[in-house]
Amino acid sequence: MRLTLKIWRQKNSETKGKIESYDIDEISPDMSFLEMLDVLNAKLINEDQEPVSFDHDCREGICGSCSLFINGRAHGPDRRITTCQLHMRKFKDGDTIYIEPFRAKAFPVIKDLVVDRSAFDRIQHAGGYISINTSGNTQDANATPVNKEDADAAFDAATCIGCGACVASCKNSSAMLFVGAKVSQYSLLPQGQTEASRRVINMVNQMDLEGFGNCSNTGACEVECPKGISLDNIARMNRELVKASFK
Amino acid sequence: MKNFITTSIGKKFAMALSAIFLMVFLLQHFLINITSVFSADIFNFLSHFMGTNPLVQFILQPILIAGVIFHFVMGFYLEFQNRKATKYEYHKVRGGANSTWMSRNMIWSGLVILSFLILHFIDFWFPEMNHKYVEFLPEDPNRYYDELVEKFESPVRVLFYCVSFVLLSLHLLHGFSSSLKSMGTNKTYVSTVKNLSNFYAIGIPAGFCFIAVFHLLSHL
Repeated sequence: MRLTLKIWRQKNSETKGKIESYDIDEISPDMSFLEMLDVLNAKLINEDQEPVSFDHDCREGICGSCSLFINGRAHGPDRRITTCQLHMRKFKDGDTIYIEPFRAKAFPVIKDLVVDRSAFDRIQHAGGYISINTSGNTQDANATPVNKEDADAAFDAATCIGCGACVASCKNSSAMLFVGAKVSQYSLLPQGQTEASRRVINMVNQMDLEGFGNCSNTGACEVECPKGISLDNIARMNRELVKASFK
Repeated sequence: MKNFITTSIGKKFAMALSAIFLMVFLLQHFLINITSVFSADIFNFLSHFMGTNPLVQFILQPILIAGVIFHFVMGFYLEFQNRKATKYEYHKVRGGANSTWMSRNMIWSGLVILSFLILHFIDFWFPEMNHKYVEFLPEDPNRYYDELVEKFESPVRVLFYCVSFVLLSLHLLHGFSSSLKSMGTNKTYVSTVKNLSNFYAIGIPAGFCFIAVFHLLSHL
């Protein structure tokens, strides 16, 4: 395949970036998108040019590191996948592909396509945990019965890998799908009840402090989420916050 | 409680509450107006009641005006906050791939509705306030139908009204269900809310259009 890549290049967080164009050929349709970028970087290094920086780690859709906005969509044109699971067969020979970093005020660009998503970590630190007795009296998890439907919904919420596609796709750069998933995965389980009130209050306050936008229920986040996290988690978070605030 | 309204969710909750209040008002406004199609007497009776009842005039009307102002001011404020949060724009974005036009353009459909409201106030509400509380003109319980018909004699006004109602419909197609989601509607009710939302969002504006066109054609 022969492709034209329009890639966002930015030296560091202080400088202004711009779109630069690269022609690349001999791309196999069986390559993953990140392998295609590896080929481009090998070519750039051979030509004594600065390679394109981009985030990646597991390359199997688990870690949530890859974060590219490809041809106007987070993680590219396919649904329910991360960028590393996207293959070049989804594109046609001769295509022009726009590759941009995830955009949000709360996700500043570090370099080229790498963005700082530590805002998500700080939201997690604010309340995304449960207290467990680890002093030697740890209770067997199976000793506390959990309703099957709640367990399934909690598990679905817990599949969020925190990649930030929800923020990148949202016209308001809202992080509510992420925070909703993190609140839900604990609030649905008996183990998460002890900190339930302060968890939702602290996580929502931290989300607001980080400068994410408001949710206007467009549903773009749900569509682009590689793990299919449902909007229902946002509604549950809203209910949890009302419950906690009026307690 | 004291912090709830200052959170992003609290603001959305307040926005949703004002939206639901305005939708209830719109429904009662429609139910009164539709009577003008089949009975001038009933329309005059209901309009006279609404226009002279002290509870409606001095309690509900100020609450309604406050609700309208709050909804628009909060809408602009949230839009401003959201634009601040996005900061950078993509070179290429395909919004249509993951969301509806209505959901992405609530501010624009809202602005058209605002301009319509200004015209509507100039047409009906300001003259009504002037009639009752500025010039203190004698109350005629049968004047309402004639005033309504007179306004809809203009095809240009009817056209602008109908265009505004199309935008109102688009606004409601997203706004109705969105307001309930913002208030935490359980997923069990999602499909019911969606059906109710579509029924209301298409039915009410279409009904208002019908009233305007009916009076235009009836008096050609």
